[in-house]
Amino acid sequence: MGSGSLVQMGLWVLLAIIAITMGAKAEDAPFAVHMFIFAGAAILALIFKARSFGKPAAETTGYLDGVVRWGAIITVFWGVVGFLVGLVIALQLAYPDLLTNIEWLNFGRLRPLHTSAVVFAFGGNALICTSFYVVQRTNRTRLALGNLAWFVFWGYQLFIVLAATGYLMGVTEGREYAEPEWHVDLWLTVVWVAYFLVFFGTLLQRKEPHIYVANWFYLSFIVTIAMLHIVNNLSIPVSFFGSKSYSVFSGVQDALTQWWYGHNAVGFFLTAGFLGMMYYFIPKRADRPVYSYRLSIVHFWSLIFLYIWAGPHHLHYTALPDWAQTLGMVFSIMLWMPSWGGMINGLMTLSGAWDKLRTDPVLRMMVISVAFYGMSTFEGPMMSIKAVNSLSHYTDWTIGHVHSGALGWVGMISMGCMYHLIPRLWGQKEVYSLRLVSWHVWLSTLGIVVYASAMWVSGIMQGLMWREYDDQGFLVYSFAETVAAMHPYYVIRAFGGALFLVGALIMVYNLYRTVWGRSPVTQNVGVISAAA
Amino acid sequence: MKHELLEKNATLLLIFSFLVVTIGGLVQIAPLFYLQNTIEKVEGMRPYTPLELAGRNVYVREGCYTCHSQMIRPFRDEVERYGHYSLAAESQYDHPFQWGSKRTGPDLARVGNRYSDDWHREHLANPRNVVPESVMPGYAYLYDNDVKLEGFGRHLKVNAMVGVPYSNEMIENAEADMKAQATGENTDGFMERYPKAQARDFDGNPARVTEMDAMVAYLQMLGTLVDFSTFKTELEPR
Repeated sequence: MGSGSLVQMGLWVLLAIIAITMGAKAEDAPFAVHMFIFAGAAILALIFKARSFGKPAAETTGYLDGVVRWGAIITVFWGVVGFLVGLVIALQLAYPDLLTNIEWLNFGRLRPLHTSAVVFAFGGNALICTSFYVVQRTNRTRLALGNLAWFVFWGYQLFIVLAATGYLMGVTEGREYAEPEWHVDLWLTVVWVAYFLVFFGTLLQRKEPHIYVANWFYLSFIVTIAMLHIVNNLSIPVSFFGSKSYSVFSGVQDALTQWWYGHNAVGFFLTAGFLGMMYYFIPKRADRPVYSYRLSIVHFWSLIFLYIWAGPHHLHYTALPDWAQTLGMVFSIMLWMPSWGGMINGLMTLSGAWDKLRTDPVLRMMVISVAFYGMSTFEGPMMSIKAVNSLSHYTDWTIGHVHSGALGWVGMISMGCMYHLIPRLWGQKEVYSLRLVSWHVWLSTLGIVVYASAMWVSGIMQGLMWREYDDQGFLVYSFAETVAAMHPYYVIRAFGGALFLVGALIMVYNLYRTVWGRSPVTQNVGVISAAA
Repeated sequence: MKHELLEKNATLLLIFSFLVVTIGGLVQIAPLFYLQNTIEKVEGMRPYTPLELAGRNVYVREGCYTCHSQMIRPFRDEVERYGHYSLAAESQYDHPFQWGSKRTGPDLARVGNRYSDDWHREHLANPRNVVPESVMPGYAYLYDNDVKLEGFGRHLKVNAMVGVPYSNEMIENAEADMKAQATGENTDGFMERYPKAQARDFDGNPARVTEMDAMVAYLQMLGTLVDFSTFKTELEPR
């Protein structure tokens, strides 16, 4: 351990020096802030490493679950942050004088903070955390490559902090869900490669001959996100000491590259990875095998093949060539089939165990999430039909659609998994209170229904108002009038979001009571117990 | 079917699933870079002036794209509300594109020259003073921020590296051109480099070149470059 540790400590020192130098020479304040945050992180890593220097190596016979425990806690934390920022910007649209004229807290800067917080901070940590848990159990082996998993965890949190502080300071590349600037992108690339190495390395050293289906989805999510991230973020910085860069793509090519990325942030980050969760945790929770093995094969390959084509449906009737729009539409409609195949596989896993829905609110949450998955993956293909899209595009309908997927599917499957995972990681049989879980389930469900309904009404109404003609052939409504008409629905939407947030806060209390005063439990590798 | 082979070999599974996800992107995106008819030939397009580019950077920084599109679709109502539908050529120098995906506020692709500079300043500083129904945040602080003139040529240089036709002369004169455009003085060289550009004191404060100058200059040129008198228009039925 001696020389390896020295090399690592040397690397952290080197990184800290580079970061401080770049911070000192920075050409804009946000870049300096970022470099000093980076240096601070490197110094913390150095101190941590130095303190363990010379001490005997930690026990490595059991599963590496410390990183999963931290992952579970941070998932819940970022979830609440993301929902809260979402509520704030929902209120800003209803009451525009809220926090106005404050540079750092304007809607345009908080909105990327909200989307990144829920997608990358909450969703991303849920994915990393559950994938580390699942890949160990299903392959009966400890995570590969020593403590690299810890680097992935802390490196990813650093990415989140850099991205989030960047948005508030106006550091953005200006493309949805790919907003972090070049230096943050580079750091994420390093972390992501490490994540891939840990996950894939663990697969390679597995003690099971078969790779379980959940791992196919996780693997494909990790690899595809790497490809999308790297290609879409190709850009040239104005200076190596400044935060501003210009994308190498422009106009129509930039648009399609971005939505190839953007739609597959949905397809692979928010779908494939979470399907991995579904394929492990629903069978576990229901104590039933996956409904159809054959269906899961068809589901996997057709889903990953078709999703990547769907991007152009974000660009219907734009300056993107027609052939690309049509391709995007056709593949989006086809995508309905594997999506529902997956939903059926998840739901039918409950065959013979449906009665558990009455007694187990955690399973209920997971099943409701799969139901929302089914609903959004029907709505999505429908909205990708050009005639429907001509009405829905640019309106709140899209926002409603995204949230039934993000709150309903991604949010509820993740939180359901946390309810299952967290007690087990701290040696408990069950969460503190199943009654509170039940409250959470129904509050969230109600919140999502309120949210989505408000957005359907406002979106369709606004789309129709924009195109309304009177009998003289004039447009009936000015744009400002259509904005005014949205107000009640923006208030209702904020109320729906608040319900969802309250549900999440109940979860925080419930989980806090579950783990407070309990000690972490290390499980031996390969032990298949009821608790695992 | 021997799917078992993939289930028992992680490397094969990795290679196969990666191949499967590359196909869609290759078929859809790659042709856009070499098919000649992706971007139509039009008259009038020029790169952004340095001041407009600085304004565009403010537009990106503030996340304006989260509420405003810059992409007019070929429908009668959109064309009557916003002007001629957007052409691919009009965003060919946009790194990154800002077509947007949501219209919480109106489309801005052709907002140029529709309102006065006064209106824009007042609207940016306090939107509800001029549009009572607006839900837009205020951006009064743009008055306080000076545009960093020094070294702005590098922004043009990087844009040139990624394909925007900035000449060496444009890059070298970036700072002078910014001053000229934001004050309306000594504009001879500037007007030669950027024909038909608008040069005047945009923010009402001739002493400084502020982000308000840059922002208004950018908004006032949006959608004004292409000469549509020679372009054949076709609308889509709803």
